[in-house]
Amino acid sequence: MRTSISKKKIRGDFVKKIEEISGQKLLACYQCGKCSAGCPAVGEMDILPNQVIRYAQLGFQEELLQARSVWLCASCYTCNVRCPKGIKIAEVMEAIRQVLLRKRKDHVEVPKLSAEDKACVPAIALISNFRKFTS
Amino acid sequence: MKVSYYPGCTLKSNAKNFEASALCALRELGVDVQELRRWNCCGTVYSLTTDDLMRHLASIRNLIRVKEAEADSVMTLCAMCYNTLKRVNERVKADPDSLQKIHKFMDEEKIAYRGDVKVRHLLELLREDIKFEEIAKKVKKPLQALKVASYYGCLLVRPKEIGLDDMENPTVLDDLMSILGAKAVDFPYKTECCGAYQTVDKPETVADRTFSILTSARSRGAELVSVSCPLCAFNLDHRQKETAKKYSEFQKIPILYFTQLLAIAMGCGEESLRLDLHYVDPKPLLRQKGLI
Repeated sequence: MRTSISKKKIRGDFVKKIEEISGQKLLACYQCGKCSAGCPAVGEMDILPNQVIRYAQLGFQEELLQARSVWLCASCYTCNVRCPKGIKIAEVMEAIRQVLLRKRKDHVEVPKLSAEDKACVPAIALISNFRKFTS
Repeated sequence: MKVSYYPGCTLKSNAKNFEASALCALRELGVDVQELRRWNCCGTVYSLTTDDLMRHLASIRNLIRVKEAEADSVMTLCAMCYNTLKRVNERVKADPDSLQKIHKFMDEEKIAYRGDVKVRHLLELLREDIKFEEIAKKVKKPLQALKVASYYGCLLVRPKEIGLDDMENPTVLDDLMSILGAKAVDFPYKTECCGAYQTVDKPETVADRTFSILTSARSRGAELVSVSCPLCAFNLDHRQKETAKKYSEFQKIPILYFTQLLAIAMGCGEESLRLDLHYVDPKPLLRQKGLI
């Protein structure tokens, strides 16, 4: 995969938007990888949590908005509590989801869930899923 | 002892076994539980964005209901309600500007909330107010020879600011099981996420987690796994169906709320355990141990 790094991307609106929504300073990350080491969802992720932060620092908007990883994160906060720099990675994941959800690009399409899918799970699962994955 | 109680949605539907057993055990322990007269969904998940105050309103409304009941603290059973209510409370306490904005939006509420309700989990009440040594004295039916692995999940212990025990190595549930006479089985997956709400659109992911968590507990010698969250309970119990389909070597294991085990030890009747609500039937194991 060919990627290009540019000042334009790094200083662009996307980086500012992620920092603003998440309330995190992305450049605090020095890529130790502890977040990825402890993440229970990492086996299924296409971009690892520490890479998500690196991509966000560099303004790789397209790659992050297409990443499967942000939808696999269940906000368990293992990364947050282990980060030696105190960066809240789960908040960065939420910010990337929100960039899409605020444009009504829902990850879960409620009408496509079968009646059985909805009936077999408890209310708490549906409400939390829709709050995280729909606009 | 009188406590205000916020049940949350799932305790009134899928997790009736959680509520009924907790209420019976608390009665035996002499606690007068008063459910809030009116309450709404807490929001289930705490919003992680800096700019979306709307998502905190549901929790604030519940905290106002606590003030209306003239109480200064509220007890929850569900780990998700505990986490969400407590985090929202801490957020608005630390940021009076956002609380002011929320007040202006909720102008129909009679009380302007000030962040002064204490959100507590039942486990804190048992550990700090009633105290484990007092509970030990009231055990009528010890959970003798029952090997219990306690699963904490995420939201009781993380993030650190609101966790009720050590975030990496919690022991409160194990300590409780030990005083009830059970053998507490420690296992490395006790705080590993079960996949939570991914269960709606990615049940196969949850089946993988359920496999890892329960296989680890069983390999350490557990006969059952105790939980404290209705979503963990659903994933670890009901998703064993999908887990068994995906992993031929998987051996099913019963999942019980810690309150069901507490209720058994306190001498509550089987009707308060609602064992009919489980996917993996815990009755054969409990009968074999002489507990029901």
